Amino acid sequence: MKLDAKIPSGPLELKWDKHRSDLKLIAPANKRKCDVIIVGTGLAGASAAASLGELGYNVKVFCFQDSPRRAHSVAAQGGINAAKNYQNDGDSIYRLFYDTIKGGDFRSREANVFRLAQLSLNIIDQCVAQGVPFARDYGGLLDNRSFGGAQVSRTFYARGQTGQQLLLGAYQSMMRQVAHGRVKLYPRTDMLDLVLINGHAKGIIVRDLITGEISSVAGDAVILATGGYSNVFFLSTNAKGCNVSAIYRAYKKGALFANPCFTQIHPTCIPVSGDYQSKLTLMSESLRNDGRIWVPKKPGDTRHPNDIPEDERDYFLERKYPSYGNLAPRDIASRAAKEVCDEERGVGPGGRGVYLDFSEAIKRLGKRKISERYGNLFEMYERITGENGYEQPMRIYPAPHYTMGGLWVDYNLMSNIPGLFVLGEANFSDHGANRLGASALMQGLADGYFIIPYTIGHYFATAKEPKSSVNNPEFKKAEKDVVNMIKKLLSVKGKRSAVSFHKELGRVMWDNVGMTRSRQSLETALKRVPEIRDEFWQNVIVSGVNETLNQDLENTIRIADFLEFAELLALDALEREESCGGHFRVEYQENGEAKRNDEQFAYVAAWEYQGIGNKPILHKEPLYYEYVQMATRSYKSMTDLL
Amino acid sequence: MNLTLKVWRQKDASSQGYLETIEAKDINQYMSFLEMLDVVNEHLIVEGKEPISFESDCREGICGACSCAINGKPHGGHKGTTTCQLHMRYFKDGDTIVIEPWRSRAFPVIKDLIVDRSAFDRIIQAGGYISVNTGGAHDANSIPVSKEIAETAMDAAACIGCGACVASCKNGSAMLFVAAKVSHLNLLPQGKPEKDYRVKNMVTQMDEEGFGNCTNIGSCAEVCPKEVDLKFIAKMNRDYGLAILKGESRHKPDTISIQAELSELPID
Repeated sequence: MKLDAKIPSGPLELKWDKHRSDLKLIAPANKRKCDVIIVGTGLAGASAAASLGELGYNVKVFCFQDSPRRAHSVAAQGGINAAKNYQNDGDSIYRLFYDTIKGGDFRSREANVFRLAQLSLNIIDQCVAQGVPFARDYGGLLDNRSFGGAQVSRTFYARGQTGQQLLLGAYQSMMRQVAHGRVKLYPRTDMLDLVLINGHAKGIIVRDLITGEISSVAGDAVILATGGYSNVFFLSTNAKGCNVSAIYRAYKKGALFANPCFTQIHPTCIPVSGDYQSKLTLMSESLRNDGRIWVPKKPGDTRHPNDIPEDERDYFLERKYPSYGNLAPRDIASRAAKEVCDEERGVGPGGRGVYLDFSEAIKRLGKRKISERYGNLFEMYERITGENGYEQPMRIYPAPHYTMGGLWVDYNLMSNIPGLFVLGEANFSDHGANRLGASALMQGLADGYFIIPYTIGHYFATAKEPKSSVNNPEFKKAEKDVVNMIKKLLSVKGKRSAVSFHKELGRVMWDNVGMTRSRQSLETALKRVPEIRDEFWQNVIVSGVNETLNQDLENTIRIADFLEFAELLALDALEREESCGGHFRVEYQENGEAKRNDEQFAYVAAWEYQGIGNKPILHKEPLYYEYVQMATRSYKSMTDLL
Repeated sequence: MNLTLKVWRQKDASSQGYLETIEAKDINQYMSFLEMLDVVNEHLIVEGKEPISFESDCREGICGACSCAINGKPHGGHKGTTTCQLHMRYFKDGDTIVIEPWRSRAFPVIKDLIVDRSAFDRIIQAGGYISVNTGGAHDANSIPVSKEIAETAMDAAACIGCGACVASCKNGSAMLFVAAKVSHLNLLPQGKPEKDYRVKNMVTQMDEEGFGNCTNIGSCAEVCPKEVDLKFIAKMNRDYGLAILKGESRHKPDTISIQAELSELPID
């Protein structure tokens, strides 16, 4: 298979403009004859549904939540980047592009990332017009802050709820199209398979989560906007329902899965407190601006943090990276925390935590100032842990947070399956090996508002595939496969809950394919995952029946997919014999820092499914850099914190 | 600690519900309330019994999915806290905890603790948006919005659509939810052109969904996990009154029908 990214020719800054004029159009009268299926109602899915509905397409939107407004984009706190340069501090489209490419450790496409930076401007305009209440200054203009160590202030925010407000903007626009009859909404519905006819994506198989009914939905194109797969680690900052099933089922139908090993770990989360833990909560990274991170020098020190004298504390980030200390990049800070905990110097229950101490900042600036800056985060911390962060240090630990990998897509956001488009976190396209803070929201909305409306029309205009019907045998066959899979799960009637398998899988993945990876750990994972999967299919117990609301069954189906997908993730990590971005292989480092191998690994690894237990085929899309030089991410100076 | 749970069990929308007594053993104070239910459910599943169905997703207090009334109080009654953020340190060994679904005519029970809140989506659909198509928006800074207005709009926009306001109201009124969205959009200059249609259409839809009237008791704002202020109800009433006085047609002309007519024309 030859991977063609379909990057337009011409100068970088003109590629998208030129491409837009080259794309074929659909006449208004014909748009309403095109049925578009969208799965997922986060920023990418909802913005696509709203925009396509406005254009006159017939849109059907599916989500597993009871309301589309609850999709997990809602939880993003920090903000959204845009190269508006409102602050006159030297920002530009080129600079945002360069920061994103470099932050992604040179594993993303130049053309895609440049387009993302260009579209960032339109996103902010659009959202303000929708009534997103961004923070403003006293003159009534939009306020910005710098985020994640960026040198310019280009992050727009709505308190600590930027994701919620942007999602509500997209959701409301979508609901307007629902009112106009252009979009039809199917909440509480899970997508369980993708249907191809004549090689084109022509529909999906869904399960009604209230009645358990399995049915077919036919369409002329399918858009997956189903988010990331951090929950393969069981514990992550993702919502409980986030899953890999939609994109994994598409992968099993022939869509290529790109760079699954590129996962991001966020350093400032509230640590695990026990085995019952169901998820991890992220606290904004901005806390590291004033908090100092430390652990006791002595292993196994159980004294109260306030009783540990200054000279018995190890401010390990300040010690190891004196030039930028506590503001070290996400991956560096995360790995350093893991190291000290591996030395049994971690704090809190279970010993997987480090202190984030504000006592010095409070002395310097006063409690009031700190409370003004981070009050809501201190409250959240106290609500969860019962501890007061002003009086004793907070405890933090890294947690899986975002997945850069996803289904392979070309410049049009279409996968290798014609008619199957993938948007937002579900695709692999823009963040390379590491995503910058405040860029996820930007990508989701760029894909949904400003890219798919152009590229999907071109597909309809050029593919000219006949309409499909749910009576087609391909639909019947896929429905039967889904029904049989569910029957099989229900008939195991073993002794262990599905969640217990998910937890076991999560531990194996976190220990072996988490923050640091080695050949040995990855081989362990590749051995353990199929063992857990085998036991799952022999010993899982699922309560109840299919024909009712059955949350245990919903969850078990998702876990069954994670148990297969985990192997792909580990395999990709094993094959990528370099360290880059969120992927850190202990064998490939220089003085403790990640060592990229551009000669051999400057490619997108796109995997083709070959059956369970068989090794998938690796396809390589080489990455070319015409406009930027592939530099080493340097951690040496204060001006370079990406 | 060991607890006795009295949990609302209801097979489906048409079945009769009842309170079932379930023992929750070996619960520790660091668990969240929903993690406690997870632990109980895992025992039930392994014992071959039906687990308790309850809704949750983000588990960090922002998605609005979680929804139980705990000892009669939506979200358990702690200031600014959703059920998913409530922790077991507020309970002690031997406690009996009554867990029920939201109770309201407009929120029918689907199963156990899960209710149907789609009425909220239909209210938004009736006017909870600004009619602006994608593309063509002018520069974001072209209309200044005073900080005060932006902040107040954000206070209202913070609503997570959980429905606690309805569940706590003796009238089952959705006024706080509707007022929050009306105020958010009506306050901003971008939302002004549709101000009157919006408030009338949303209020009409709210009434059609079977929510009760508001008698200014304020229990809604008391239990709201995002602390949305009661003053927004006053603002909505004012907007509604003004809109009625202006006497415009109740429903706004359906813009799409114009577009649909256009697209009937044979252009290809």
